[in-house]
Amino acid sequence: MPSEIYAGVTVEVDGEGFFLHPEQWTEAMAPAIAAQAGVGPLTEDHWRVVKFMRTAYLDKGEGPTVRVLGKTSGISIKELYELFPKGPAKLAARIAGIPKPRGCI
Amino acid sequence: MARRVLVLGGGTGGTLVANRLRRRFPASELAITVVDGDDRHLYQPGLLFVPFGLAPARRLVRSRHARLLPDVTFHQGRVAHVDVETRAVTLESGDRLPYDVLVVATGARLVPEETEGLVGPGWREKVFTFYDMPGATSLTGALASFDRGRLVVGFVDLPIKCPVAPLEFAFLADWYFRRRGLRHRVDITFVTPLDGAFTKPVASAALGGLLAEKGITLATEFATGEVDGAGGRLVSYDGREIPFDLAVMVPLHEGPAYLAHSPGLGDELGFVPCDIHSLQSKASPDVFVVGDGADVPTSKAGSVAHFEGDVVVENIACHLRGEPPLAQFDGHTNCFVETGFGRALLVDFNYDTQPLPGHYPGPVGLPLMRRSRLCHAGKRLFEPFYWHVLLPGYDVPGITSAMPRAGKEFDKEA
Repeated sequence: MPSEIYAGVTVEVDGEGFFLHPEQWTEAMAPAIAAQAGVGPLTEDHWRVVKFMRTAYLDKGEGPTVRVLGKTSGISIKELYELFPKGPAKLAARIAGIPKPRGCI
Repeated sequence: MARRVLVLGGGTGGTLVANRLRRRFPASELAITVVDGDDRHLYQPGLLFVPFGLAPARRLVRSRHARLLPDVTFHQGRVAHVDVETRAVTLESGDRLPYDVLVVATGARLVPEETEGLVGPGWREKVFTFYDMPGATSLTGALASFDRGRLVVGFVDLPIKCPVAPLEFAFLADWYFRRRGLRHRVDITFVTPLDGAFTKPVASAALGGLLAEKGITLATEFATGEVDGAGGRLVSYDGREIPFDLAVMVPLHEGPAYLAHSPGLGDELGFVPCDIHSLQSKASPDVFVVGDGADVPTSKAGSVAHFEGDVVVENIACHLRGEPPLAQFDGHTNCFVETGFGRALLVDFNYDTQPLPGHYPGPVGLPLMRRSRLCHAGKRLFEPFYWHVLLPGYDVPGITSAMPRAGKEFDKEA
């Protein structure tokens, strides 16, 4: 498995950069992950979304999709795309150190 | 006294569960009631064919109550809310229906108004959907008078019912304009928020290959944020644009509105969280879910409602005996994918196994993932089968709820 070093800690990630062990994540790692994912620098709004994703994941075992984020985070889908242009749910999940949202089939 | 099973929704899943329960339990043991807001049962797979003049709209709709066996009560009324604590459903009329077991089978509904501009200027003039009867019938005329320009076919976001249907529409549109000798004047683009033609890799490659072969442009990772009917363009959330003269879009889906007023039962989008194997609601052990309304990681499709129905009936029997639900749904899904020119291909998969080549339901059977006239015939013959075998709740020899492994080429999975 590939690994990355964020904030001086080695963590295991999958082929797309998503954490395999979400418990390894700390807030200090987020800026470096964001930079790698082409997002940033992280503003207060970015952080709101990242923390919302992480909390939703810890509550439900799964990160929300873009549509659910738009309905529940208080930030519209349009704004979410401005913050995370290449896919808000995917990018925010990666920066929040949680698995890729499974989405729907 | 007979115990009461209340089934919300008289569509595919609700009807077959009610009828299968009726065959299994005498009326003295179990009172079965089906609730629906109207008495029109629509054969939804038929909608795909209506715009092309391949299915008369009238044939696709029948009475809901006449699909139910004698001794199943049909109660017409719209659900206001469900209270799982007191085990009762309240209708908008104020009627209160108590239950011992509740089956949520109210499916998914279209919410085109959730997408900016979709129902704005140009709606049903140059922007259509074929996912409901008014849309499908109005599209018939629009296609007939379309003789040049850019046709865009796609969906806004998942989940949608029958995720292959937009692809089938694109394939049939290619066939339709070729038959009319106009194909060289019509550009067809398939628009998807996914990164390929379909969700699962082997099928995505195969269906993407078919699009290319038919000269249909594939636009991927396009998250439609706005439909500008007047200006004739789709605009994605990240600012890209796709121009069109005629757009056929599948709108966003949600669960029924009453779930928003039924604490704990539905999620943010109105789908019902449940154990993905037992189909028992996470809100209450007395509630089971079948069909498009279930929040399970497989397609929303009639075949799924059918296979889930077997499991739900078994688990209701367990629950009535005071036992935990023993039957397990494996995510089994199959669909005939119409590819035009009188051919179709069949895909068959479950939670763990993606669609693979081979044969279904065993080594001798219909070819999988390969176009054939046989599968086209299967798709068309499914309609009488649906009304006369599936809905009445008969068992079909050789067709099991669990996905058959025999006949599949697992070495193609890589």
